[in-house]
Amino acid sequence: MEILIILGLPLLGALLLALFGPQRFAADLNAGISMVTLIAVVFLVMRVLQHGSILALHEQFFVDSFNVFLVALTAFVGFTTALFSRPYMRIEEQRGRLNAVRLRLYHSMYQVFMAAMFLALLTNNMGLLWVAMEAATLSTVLLVSLYRTRASLEAAWKYFILCGVGIAQALFGTILLYLAAEHVLGREGMTALLWTHLNAVKGELEPRVLGLAFVFLLVGYGTKVGLAPLHNWLPDAHAEGPTPVSAVLSGLLLNVALYAVIRCKILVEGSIGTYLPGHMLMGFGLLSAVFGAFFLWRQRDIKRLFGYSSIEHMGIITFAFGIGGSIANFAALLHMTVHSLTKSSIFFAAGHASQTAQTQQMDGIRGLASISPTIGWGLMLGSLAILGMPPFGVFASEFLILTTAMREHPWTTPLLLIALGVAFAAIFRKVQPMVFGDSDAPPLSHSPALIPVFLHLAIVLMLGVYIPFVLAEWYRAASLLIGG
Amino acid sequence: MHSPYMITGVLNLLAASLLLISFAMLSRRRTQRLITLFAWQGVVLFASTCLVGYRADLTELYYSAALTLLLKVIALPWILHRLIHRLGVQWDSEPLVNIPATMLVGLGLVIFAFGLAQPISRMATTITRNTIGIALAVIFLAFLMMITRRRAITQVIGFLAMENGLFFAATSATYGMPMVIELGIALDLLIGFFILGIFFFQIREQFDSLDLSNMESLKEE
Repeated sequence: MEILIILGLPLLGALLLALFGPQRFAADLNAGISMVTLIAVVFLVMRVLQHGSILALHEQFFVDSFNVFLVALTAFVGFTTALFSRPYMRIEEQRGRLNAVRLRLYHSMYQVFMAAMFLALLTNNMGLLWVAMEAATLSTVLLVSLYRTRASLEAAWKYFILCGVGIAQALFGTILLYLAAEHVLGREGMTALLWTHLNAVKGELEPRVLGLAFVFLLVGYGTKVGLAPLHNWLPDAHAEGPTPVSAVLSGLLLNVALYAVIRCKILVEGSIGTYLPGHMLMGFGLLSAVFGAFFLWRQRDIKRLFGYSSIEHMGIITFAFGIGGSIANFAALLHMTVHSLTKSSIFFAAGHASQTAQTQQMDGIRGLASISPTIGWGLMLGSLAILGMPPFGVFASEFLILTTAMREHPWTTPLLLIALGVAFAAIFRKVQPMVFGDSDAPPLSHSPALIPVFLHLAIVLMLGVYIPFVLAEWYRAASLLIGG
Repeated sequence: MHSPYMITGVLNLLAASLLLISFAMLSRRRTQRLITLFAWQGVVLFASTCLVGYRADLTELYYSAALTLLLKVIALPWILHRLIHRLGVQWDSEPLVNIPATMLVGLGLVIFAFGLAQPISRMATTITRNTIGIALAVIFLAFLMMITRRRAITQVIGFLAMENGLFFAATSATYGMPMVIELGIALDLLIGFFILGIFFFQIREQFDSLDLSNMESLKEE
């Protein structure tokens, strides 16, 4: 029941927003729908707490400890981003960068995007997972090109073509998976694509076909995770789209794509019985972490900078899943949570910062702390959190990942340390002059919505000091499930 | 006609012509010709899906064949034709870099595809298992076309041709995915296509042409 509400409400909302979009209350309606969705998710979470894993609607939907916290995270960040986007988009409209028609498209597509992500997370069907990922891509292509400038069209085109090609690879991988499963489970009743059934028989699936399938699935969904060298679309899409979209891309979509990769990894590792999938994840992850960190140095645009930071962090998470084992998986899940909260709060602050300075070029943004202390300090604290300063949660997860890497694969430790060190120097050097110093820019016409920023950072701080029992239990159960 | 060998022979012939069309697409300059070739690819897919459905006695394959006919032979080529008329680029021809070299790379890709398809063919039990290599080759050739071309419309045709290859792979390896999934894929394809169609106009408005070599402002200094 909750599942139907979670999936249906955003779609209904998208329809309503498309019909009544140009009204003044559209932004409030958008936030309201996101809030009701969040409430439905809370009920779903309570049900999972009471009864454990849920299979619903002829086994088409499936909630376990691995996806329940991602569903909650998606609904929460989706709601706070909708709150943030109210004043942000109003300022953009006043400045003439958007008109009422585009805003209608924006609100409607925002809800379609949320629905697609919930479908990808909740479905038990590997084919439907693919369809949902593609739908999420399509809705965000429209969001990235919202400003209709040359740069945004170029970014959206690149995003569509790269992710389109990527996701075509994933479809081929899914076909191979179905081929292997059909031999064991038969064609009847679609069970050959249901993850729970596949997981039960994964030991009998033909290893060579599954190995090949994993290569295609990893390359396909990995393009959407932003793993190097398939990351080219990510910085452009983050920089040229509206800031709320950058926040949900980094905070949510990358996580959902990685979730798809890990679901596949569980099946493939169980079938081929070697660590090959794990090693592939480690390789891609390490490359992305180092690559992302070094590219941070050369950035001039504030949103591009944090886009590359997302590549680095998704690399670290992928690497940790690649190591496998209960501690590394636990750390990776924790890092997924804190990265998503921190990165979206940074984008909120960075969005208002570039509105204040009227440019996204970091050279033009100065003295934020003196114009608007909340924006300035929000950006500063967010940057410190993402750089892994204790006591923020990112420190805890990165520390766990580093120590596990040191024990299991000592040769990777220097590379990871270099990536973290380079990222620290690059981001700190660029954020510090933006926050401090003098400026004569006038404050914003609407008071910025910074409650989401500090709410996210407070949760990240709490996760660094104390992880609630329920959450820790989920992480632990999911770590065992992922195995490796 | 009722001899199973005959049907297998015809299926192999159809698969071979699919590969041939893919190579022809690599070397065509004119957008209009490309659209025609894409429609022919759809016709071949329709015929082979019907034959497989008849041979394996699966009604759902007739449905997906009908879907192919509607979407890939009639709807998409028709919309593409109207689009290029409205954009006034139907006789546009694009400069191609070194066709012989592209063809040689294409040949290499076909060999690679056949190598890759070996373990899959051995595992599949369908009558069409020998054509999985061709399906993979069609996917790779479409990919090559997207890389080597600089026009927005050509890249989209490459994208659609890649989807044709995927569909062919699904029918040859497993007699097609479940119907719900096929419908979902077709829906995504159609929506994606419409979005790109809107993009054509916006790109031309902003850049005054559909040549993607104008789109090179976003890169690392």
